[in-house]
Amino acid sequence: MVLKDELRQFVTDNLMFGKPCDGFADDDSFIERGIIDSTAVMELVAFLEQRYRFKLQDRELNPDNLDSVNKLARFVASRLEPKFAAELGPGRVLLGPGPLQFAGKNGPGT
Amino acid sequence: MCGIAGMFNLDRAPVTPESLRGMIRMLAHRGPDSTGLHLEIGVGLAHARLSIIDLAGGQQPMCNEDSSLWITFNGEIFNYVELREELLAKGHRFSTRSDTEVILHLYEEKGEDCVQYLNGQWAFAIWDNQRRRLFLSRDRLGVRPLFYTQVNKAFLFGSEIKAIFSHPGVTREIDVHGLDEVFTYWCTIPPTTLFRNIHELPPAHSMTVDAGGIVVRPHWENQFERESEVVAPSRERRYADELLQLLISATQIRLRSDVPVGAYLSGGLDSTLTTALAKKHTNARLKTFSVAFDAPEFDESSFQADAVRFLDTEHQEIRCSKNQIGEVFPDVIWHTEKPVLRTAPAPLYLLSRLVRESGFKVVVTGEGADEVLGGYDIFKETKIRRFWESQPDSRMRPTLLRRLYPYLQNLQNQPDAYRKAFFSINVDHNLQPFFSHIPRWQLTAKLKLFFSDAVRAEIGADDGYSKVRARLPKSYSDWDSFCQAQYLETKFLLPGYILSSQGDRMAMAHSVEGRFPFLDHRVVEFASRLPVSLKMKVLNEKYLLKRCAAGLIPPSVLQRHKQPYRAPEACSFLQPAAREYMEELLSPEQLQRDGIFDHRAVALLQDKFRKGTAIGIKDNMGLVGIISTQLLVHQFINHFESRMAPHGA
Repeated sequence: MVLKDELRQFVTDNLMFGKPCDGFADDDSFIERGIIDSTAVMELVAFLEQRYRFKLQDRELNPDNLDSVNKLARFVASRLEPKFAAELGPGRVLLGPGPLQFAGKNGPGT
Repeated sequence: MCGIAGMFNLDRAPVTPESLRGMIRMLAHRGPDSTGLHLEIGVGLAHARLSIIDLAGGQQPMCNEDSSLWITFNGEIFNYVELREELLAKGHRFSTRSDTEVILHLYEEKGEDCVQYLNGQWAFAIWDNQRRRLFLSRDRLGVRPLFYTQVNKAFLFGSEIKAIFSHPGVTREIDVHGLDEVFTYWCTIPPTTLFRNIHELPPAHSMTVDAGGIVVRPHWENQFERESEVVAPSRERRYADELLQLLISATQIRLRSDVPVGAYLSGGLDSTLTTALAKKHTNARLKTFSVAFDAPEFDESSFQADAVRFLDTEHQEIRCSKNQIGEVFPDVIWHTEKPVLRTAPAPLYLLSRLVRESGFKVVVTGEGADEVLGGYDIFKETKIRRFWESQPDSRMRPTLLRRLYPYLQNLQNQPDAYRKAFFSINVDHNLQPFFSHIPRWQLTAKLKLFFSDAVRAEIGADDGYSKVRARLPKSYSDWDSFCQAQYLETKFLLPGYILSSQGDRMAMAHSVEGRFPFLDHRVVEFASRLPVSLKMKVLNEKYLLKRCAAGLIPPSVLQRHKQPYRAPEACSFLQPAAREYMEELLSPEQLQRDGIFDHRAVALLQDKFRKGTAIGIKDNMGLVGIISTQLLVHQFINHFESRMAPHGA
């Protein structure tokens, strides 16, 4: 499973209990769609820190980084230690010298 | 305090003593001291008595001098002494010293308007055999419960739904609209209940039943007609004096009893003040009772100890663990008769058991002060959101949101951007009447994603809170948001949850009667006229009440940060005492059989709890709500017969 799909799976299973709202797209805002409630952001942060082995700084806890599947994937990819990214296995997340590339079917913004 | 039940066959078919006995037997916990029946052609009234006033002469059902009126009554009329004097002066003759007989004579005198003169907490039915009419009424704030149904030509009523269900002609089915309401407002909105065709008489309403049909009418409404917001210091002093005098009077008349009266002591301002006032007017050493928790974030025992020392009461407490909450929860739900989203009723169930085992039947408590005098954080939240809304681009104003809910650690830890999103000020124009409650209701309504597709389809689309909207008084739109929030809390959540699931039902499960000085209608009406600034001065909640309480309660209790009563939530079901029944009730097979919840969504929720990643309010409310609903289905739909009291019990 690629990074974006894994993040989407987490959000779907843990914040939406397997019932994604109709037409829930990768660019949809979690806040505007009512997916993130008063405390779910802490749950999301706990998942990111545990699964991807980095600590979020307070200044990073903002919707620019966390408010859609695509934003999350971009943020996580930027924060992943290259060593851990390699451990995740080939095809999980592609980090190159240029713009970030994602291994899912849809790239950012699609 | 007691249990009442009855039946009125409009076609005059005979009411059998067996069917009436079957109904009242289900309410034995409300009235263990004696049972009484009255039967006439087509009519039966039943009563289970908890003797508190006129121990020798207060048996019920009771009749007037010529037996043309019969009453079965649950509650207390606290001003019965004064009313009795007035009625005696008008020539009425009494054969008992009870408050019950006062209602009968007042009905003779004033008819259905008699309730206007009562200061108390009541649910009663009067059978008027000259007019062949049943008159039923419920107190202003909804302290005492009353439910009814109609099956063909039979009208049935009872203090609790289980009494009605004991009648073989009544079918037991879940009403998904009641479920929808609990999973939005935390309570049902009367007349809806959790059960199809079972209705709740709303608080402050009376009804008549006769051959012409059923008519339900309001007899009181809480109106906010405020005096000027500009309050000079001398005027503020007068308000404080007047409030204190009212509270003293409200407490004094609530000490009228032929059995000893105790007091609940939570360690907060409200119950410490009612205890202080009760103590001042009790000759005997006052006995107090409280709940302490093993979990420190819920425990208030240090403040309780301060109050006990300061007021010199004889004190007893129960120490409540998560395991105990899980253990008693099925019995708790048997008594609430509706789902709950919090476990908070469970410790109060254990507390009333302690009270009863200590030989007490009556306790004075502090309920109502938060609603009436502006104590809840939701009022603070409303003020801050309106303040922010007046300058939506301000960066400083929304930072005040950090002052809200200081006791909810996860909420405190969230980033400002998310806090702002949750306490949003962007409320649609048509939802403006509910500005104060939209964040809470919208958060709670998200739990409906756990409903099965069939239940969601039956409920239908979001109706914009139309049922609540239909119950708002005409003047509601003229009030400011603070008063509107107070109205919503007092009208719906207070009777629908605080006074029932946490109040009457938990106390009466062990035959204990609660009495609430803050809910004396004189106090409520006085508070509704107060300027908002005296209820919450800037963000200082219950400002005027604190002024009244100064010197009467320990300074530590007066100055402490408000902590609402809470208990360990869903983690209680992961303890040994609950694990087995939880797994059975939430198994995919059982969930599919019962058809209310989506078993896949519930499995994901359970999985989060097992992994320890369920930290949110929504997850906690979800699991408590799902388990309590499944317990209701188990006890009231699937296995009701096994909970019916055996004959002769």
